[in-house]
Amino acid sequence: MNIVVCVKQVPDTWAERTLRPADSCLDRASVDGVINELDEYAIEEGLLQAEAHDGEVTILSMGPQKAAESIRKALSMGADKAVHLVDDGLAGSDALGTSLALSTVLARIGFDLVILGAEATDARMGVLPAMLAERLRVPQLSLARKVEIDGNTVTVHRLTEYGYDQVVASLPAVVSVVEKINEPRYPSFKGIMAAKKKPVETLSLADAGIDPAQVGLGAAATEVLSFAKRPPRQAGTIVKDEGDGGSKAAEFLAAQKFI
Amino acid sequence: MAQRPPATPAESDLLRIDDQLSPDERLVRDTVRAYTAERVMPSIADWFEAGILPRELVPELGKLGLLGMHLTGYGCAGMGPVAYGVACRELEAADSGVRSMVSVQGSLAMYPIWRYGSDAQKEEWLPRMAAGEAVGCFGLTEPDHGSDPASMKTHAEPNGTGWVLSGSKMWITNGTIADIAVVWARTPDGIRGFLVPRGARGFTARAIHKKMSLRASVTAELHFDSVKLPADAMLPGVSGLKGPLSCLTEARFGIIWGVTGAGRSCLEAAIAYSRTREQFGQPIGGFQLTQSKLAWMAADLQRAQLLALHIGRLKEAGTLRPEQVSLAKMANVRTAIDLARQARTILGANGITLEYPVIRHANNLESVLTYEGTEEIHALAVGQALTGISAYR
Ligand SMILES: Cc1cc2nc3c(=O)[nH]c(=O)nc-3n(C[C@H](O)[C@H](O)[C@H](O)COP(=O)(O)OP(=O)(O)OC[C@H]3O[C@@H](n4cnc5c(N)ncnc54)[C@H](O)[C@@H]3O)c2cc1C
Repeated sequence: MNIVVCVKQVPDTWAERTLRPADSCLDRASVDGVINELDEYAIEEGLLQAEAHDGEVTILSMGPQKAAESIRKALSMGADKAVHLVDDGLAGSDALGTSLALSTVLARIGFDLVILGAEATDARMGVLPAMLAERLRVPQLSLARKVEIDGNTVTVHRLTEYGYDQVVASLPAVVSVVEKINEPRYPSFKGIMAAKKKPVETLSLADAGIDPAQVGLGAAATEVLSFAKRPPRQAGTIVKDEGDGGSKAAEFLAAQKFI
Repeated sequence: MAQRPPATPAESDLLRIDDQLSPDERLVRDTVRAYTAERVMPSIADWFEAGILPRELVPELGKLGLLGMHLTGYGCAGMGPVAYGVACRELEAADSGVRSMVSVQGSLAMYPIWRYGSDAQKEEWLPRMAAGEAVGCFGLTEPDHGSDPASMKTHAEPNGTGWVLSGSKMWITNGTIADIAVVWARTPDGIRGFLVPRGARGFTARAIHKKMSLRASVTAELHFDSVKLPADAMLPGVSGLKGPLSCLTEARFGIIWGVTGAGRSCLEAAIAYSRTREQFGQPIGGFQLTQSKLAWMAADLQRAQLLALHIGRLKEAGTLRPEQVSLAKMANVRTAIDLARQARTILGANGITLEYPVIRHANNLESVLTYEGTEEIHALAVGQALTGISAYR
């Protein structure tokens, strides 16, 4: 089975993140990049499924040169090979552009199953899995907390506000995962050494056959009009309990429409 | 995963020395840091207080590839010296006891087998030790012979085709949990290394209690009461004191890096505390005296880190000399102790509790100052290299 895991490098979630005044894009240069946290769960799920079904895991990442470090980490965790889509023309791509680029590469390399995190910690749009599935014309199974593959069918379990869903589709398919699904492994030192010898194919827009006019900041259908720093946290209200603490707390919750 | 620490180099790394690390070395750093954040940090204060290091950590360390990570073959990862140093640093940022466990296993127990053992000895022990299924210890120090191991009393006498081992060893890390002890003993043709398995008749190990330092580490006394060993228990590849000394040079390399982790942990605790603790109406980090302490601590730490990196690159190049290791062990341990002590003052009364890492590091470092060659003995080695005159042997 041919499993492709899409991996995005995002700025370290612990670091201060800023937008560049010039183009309103996220400043990625000044902070260290890490694998988007949910994508680590996607990698783990890809590895588990590949181990169970004699499959192979390919990492697909679109991102600047620096993303090579995240690709290497994914390979160190145990993925077999990687494709890195890297081109200055991709900078500033919105979800539409990114999904176009990734789906073009996915169609080119082929897949039985695409796994990715349900959202990225930087943009937090959460639309990429759906867009990829739509562009590839395959089923999308979203927010999986458990994945089962049996022959040509894939079943995912997900928790919703109203209960548990079990969704079944035929392969090939796109599955997005949430952090309940597994516990990502650490890259072992042997894995780190082995990753050095694993193939990483680097593709430019031209190599991948992607029209530069349809991706990048220029082609983005969305635009950041303005942005502002988060206001400093307001001091909380302190209510003194003079025998009526309970009702005051209830009043507060009611005013915030929690109850 | 929830406790993942920042991948960004520590805020105390003002010089961004970690940018000098290769991507592999950084991945090692982040992996060990994430592991200790998840598995060690939440419990280390309790382990320290109880005086234990849970045995189940060992296979986990093995699975990561930490045990014998700088050796090749036999299930070892085969990483470079700087990666090994970085791993020691991140382990010791958590606790010197955990780093000691890994140092002893990899550099003092696996290394002599890997370097001086027969193929059969390597096959038998190294894969299980790399996986953390078997624990090793290293017996050199004796009750009456510490800095001067050449005068050791433990001896092995030829007996038929095999050996009879008698004597005792003291202060042996991992002693009571070890499946295999690498024991150095006097023989008719000089000092030789012997592999003594747990359970050999006449071999007993007893834990040393009432330690106030390196509490999250097992320290033991080993006794050999006419222990009969087969001929193939001896390490064939080395005789003389250079056998154990070469192992110690390996392990000291890990200490040079490791203590920079303990020092960093102290500095970071002090920085964080100074930002939030308020006295006289302002954070104590806003007082010039506190800032001066922090500034010198950062400068000292970064010098120690540069020294560790330099020693690492020398080892990579294959030119590292024992007196260089002595100089760096001596200097970096002393720096780490000074950092711990200064950090302790910034934390005030909180500086003496296990709620913060500082007093734990301070106490641990007292062992690190003494083991693997005391500060004085390393000073003598450096002094000899400088003057050409040996003051001690
Ligand atoms: C927690 C812990 C774990 C240990 N683990 C191990 C282990 O796994 N395996 C092992 O073999 N050993 C181990 N050791 C032992 C350690 O290596 C010895 O304690 C060390 O070598 C010093 O020996 P000693 O304690 O006998 O001190 P001594 O040699 O008695 O030294 C006492 C003092 O005299 C000084 N001194 C000695 N000779 C001279 C001289 N010529 N000139 C100036 N000063 C001198 C020393 O520097 C020291 O300050 C461990 C020790 C500790 C504390």
